[in-house]
Parts: sequence; C-alpha cells; structure tokens
Amino acid sequence: MPELPGAGMSLPGTALIAAEHVCVRFGADEVLHDISLKVEPGEIVTILGPNGSGKSTLLRALLGIVPVAEGRLLRRAGLRIGYVPQRLTIDRTMPITVRRFLSLPTRVTDRAAADALARVGMAGQEAEQMTTLSGGQLQRVLLARALLGKPQLLMLDEPTSGLDQPGEAAFYRLIEEVRHQTGAAVLMISHDLHVVMAASDRVICLNGHICCEGTPRVVSTAPEYRALFGLGTQGALALYRHEHDHDHDDGHPHHHRPQHEHDHA
Amino acid sequence: MLDDFLVRAGLAAVGLSLATGPLGSFVIWRRMAYFGDATAHAAVLGVALALATDLPIGLGTLTVALAMAVTVAGLSARGWAMDTTLGVLAHSALAFGLVAVSFFPAVRTDLSSYLFGDILAVSRSELGLVWLGSLTVLGLLVWRWQKLLTATLSEDLAHAAGIDPNRERLVLVIALALVVAVALKIVGALLIAAMLIIPAAAARSFARTPESMAVTAIILGAVSGLGGLGLSLWQDTPTGPSIIVVAAALFAVTSVVRRI
Repeated sequence: MPELPGAGMSLPGTALIAAEHVCVRFGADEVLHDISLKVEPGEIVTILGPNGSGKSTLLRALLGIVPVAEGRLLRRAGLRIGYVPQRLTIDRTMPITVRRFLSLPTRVTDRAAADALARVGMAGQEAEQMTTLSGGQLQRVLLARALLGKPQLLMLDEPTSGLDQPGEAAFYRLIEEVRHQTGAAVLMISHDLHVVMAASDRVICLNGHICCEGTPRVVSTAPEYRALFGLGTQGALALYRHEHDHDHDDGHPHHHRPQHEHDHA
Repeated sequence: MLDDFLVRAGLAAVGLSLATGPLGSFVIWRRMAYFGDATAHAAVLGVALALATDLPIGLGTLTVALAMAVTVAGLSARGWAMDTTLGVLAHSALAFGLVAVSFFPAVRTDLSSYLFGDILAVSRSELGLVWLGSLTVLGLLVWRWQKLLTATLSEDLAHAAGIDPNRERLVLVIALALVVAVALKIVGALLIAAMLIIPAAAARSFARTPESMAVTAIILGAVSGLGGLGLSLWQDTPTGPSIIVVAAALFAVTSVVRRI
C-alpha cells in the first residue's frame, strides 16, 4: 500500500478507513471540501452525487491516487483494499487472458482464480481474452480480481456504469452476496438513485461537500438530497417514473432521469 | 569460433533481440513508438559528444539517449502535446547530431555505420557489451515484470496496489536508453525503433498472453537478425536495413496468416 499522510494513525473506534476534514484541490479549484467520513467493517456505504460532484476524486483520494491538500486520511494498519475502477480500457495491442489478468500484480493459484471467477458468475472463462469481454463481464472479472486479495474493504467506482438494468441489479446482488460471504465492507460510488439505495446500509450525498448522510430511507427524505437531485415536491413520482422506465430493457436511452438542479454554493 | 566475424555478428543479433523483444512489446502496449525514435536519434548526438570528450562511444550514446528519454518522459508527465513535442525532439536530435558529427572528419566518412549500423564489424569486446547490455535490460524487465504490466494496464490499478506508475515508467525509460546504446552498432540510430517495434508487432498475431508475445518477439527478432545477415551476405546489401527488411517480411506474413 502507498504511504498515506497519517496512514496507520489511530482510527476512531472500529473503522477500517476514515477521512477527517479532507480537502482536495486541483490547482485553485477546491473539488472536495471538508470531507469527513468513515467506513465500519461489513457495511455497504454508497457515495451518491451528480456528475462533477467529486465522487471519483473522493474515492481516488481515499486510495492515495490523488493527493490531499488538507485534513488527513486514516487507515487501519495493514488494511487490504480491493479496488474496482469505473472502467478499464485495455489496449488492443496487449494480448491478455482473464486468467493472466487475475494474477496482476500478485500471482494467484489456478484454484484461487477458478474460485474467484465462479463466485462472480464467470466460471470457466479463464482462457477468454480481456478485450473480447462485454462491459458486464469485464466488471465481474475486475471484481473477481479485487476479491482475490481477500479485501477487508472493497472500493467500487460506479461499477455498473456500463451495464443495462438487469445487469446492474444482478451486480448489486452479487456485491451483497460477497459482503455476506466474506464480511468485507463496501464503499461504492453511484450517480444512480434507486437500485443503489436498496443495496446500501448507508448513503452519503456528495456535491463537493457532504450534503447529507444516513440510511437510504433517511437520506431519500432529506431536503438536501431532494434539492441535489431535483426531486422537489414530486419526488416520489419522479423516483417511481425513473424506476418504471428502467424496467423496459429495450435499449432506448433513458431521458427521464430526474433533473440535476440544485443550488448548493 | 568467436574469431569469425559472421559468428560474432550472428551472436550480436541474437543477443540484441533478447532485449528488444520484451522492451518492444512494452513500446507497443504503451504506444511509445515515437518515443523510441526520439531516444534512438539522440544517439547520433551522443556519438559526437563521445568523440569531442574522448569518451567511449557507448558511454556517450547511453548518456545522451538517457537524457533524451528522461526529458521526453518528464514533458509527457507534465501534459505536453506529445505528438508535436516528440516530432520536434526526434528530428532536432538527429539534425544536431549530424551537424555535430560533421566536425569530426574521421567519422564523416564513416557516418553511415552510425546511422545504419555495422554489425559485420562487431569486435569481441563489443559483442560482450551487446550481451551485457541486453541481459541487463532483460533482467530489469523480468524483475519488474508484474509491476510493469500492472502499471501498463491501468495506472489506477497500479496505484491501488501500492505500485508507483512513474517509477515503472522510469524503468522502461532506462531500459530504452540502454537498448539504444547497445543497438547503435548493430542496426544504427535510424532503425533501432524498427527493431523494437516490428518483431513485437509481428508477435502480437500469435500471442494470447503478454509473456508469449514477448518471447515470440525475441524469437522473431533473432530470426530477423540472422536472416538479415544472410540476405546481406547473399545479395551484398547493407546489413542493418537487411535485418529490418526480413523483420518487415515476417510481420507481413504473420499478419496474413492471422487473417486466414
């Protein structure tokens, strides 16, 4: 693991990872402002926010990819993190099988690789070339690779962005299963409202800063959340319509996403 | 046996391909072809520098190639438009090198050996350096293999696994400079990049894993080297370009075979 500022320092209580008053700046732009959060063992936490709200940046800061300008990050000593990026574009010039990919950067046994693939529903796909996988298959392989490190914390960056509705639901069921079987905590990002809500223990609403957080039920009724996602007075209807549209798996683009109108300063 | 200039030439070609096979694969995967060109062209400037300072030619080319590679890698990390930057640097390095070398009349007559290589004139000690340099590069790449591959696939995945992608990039840059210094005598500054890219590109057709591509590239590189040597003897053609001609022919054949 890369050395993080403050990594290994005392963590509050039983938390696996925590951010304390973290600010991230790109040049003069403050992308993340005063972020404090922590993830406890075994819980599924979703970071929710519109495009450009700093969700990916927050995850990348927690991973140590993006430097923190202020505040500090705390990690339980020796914490094993499994990371599933938003997308992975493999150059077509690189020949690489699923099996070979699972052994990067740490080599794993054939048995372990087969087990991991079976767990994500990709049993027997070892010999497939990575570049020929569909979006859903690739996400599953990325998850299998993350699981091979026996993570205590899984970090997923919009893991379903390339999937259709049934694929998305199946993926979240898989995440819950994994949590159930391994006890790993999950911290994931989404810009989606409903499926994620159902799969999470706790939701953090982000728009440069943390607007609100709590259980899905509490957050979905919070005024900050409604303002952020523009649900307004017809929130329930918008949420319903959104779900309804997604149920038609006909490949049409969804134009009914609730407007991202909000006036957070 | 090493007394025979042909045996020495053949061994030099095989030794070089041990380094160019795997390194060339990375050059392809990371789209560094032009980067290789810039570094190789800088070697001519290194020749001039070595002559001016009475240093061994190999040391001069290694120094300048390394300086060029580090400069380009630094600029690229800072987000310069690489196509333009490399275009400027690659050709300027070559031009400056040619002008600088012209101040040394002894080299002037012998310029083509630096541009196109002179594998038939490889001495015992030069052969030793070729193998030493190539094995060093091969060892470096094997040692860092898992990390290099991870960083090449995705910098974020590398970061998350505690691998610094910048350090791995530096490893490749150093390896590239070493190969340039070693290959100058064999294929010459103008064709080093070809020796990196063409065998690896031909190997891509058969490979299913990164490792098989690198090993196939070594074999195709060695076959090109020996074949080019043969072609050169048979038709009395310049050896460096003959090696590349054979490599290109292999590439054409493998591309067609792949389609069928």
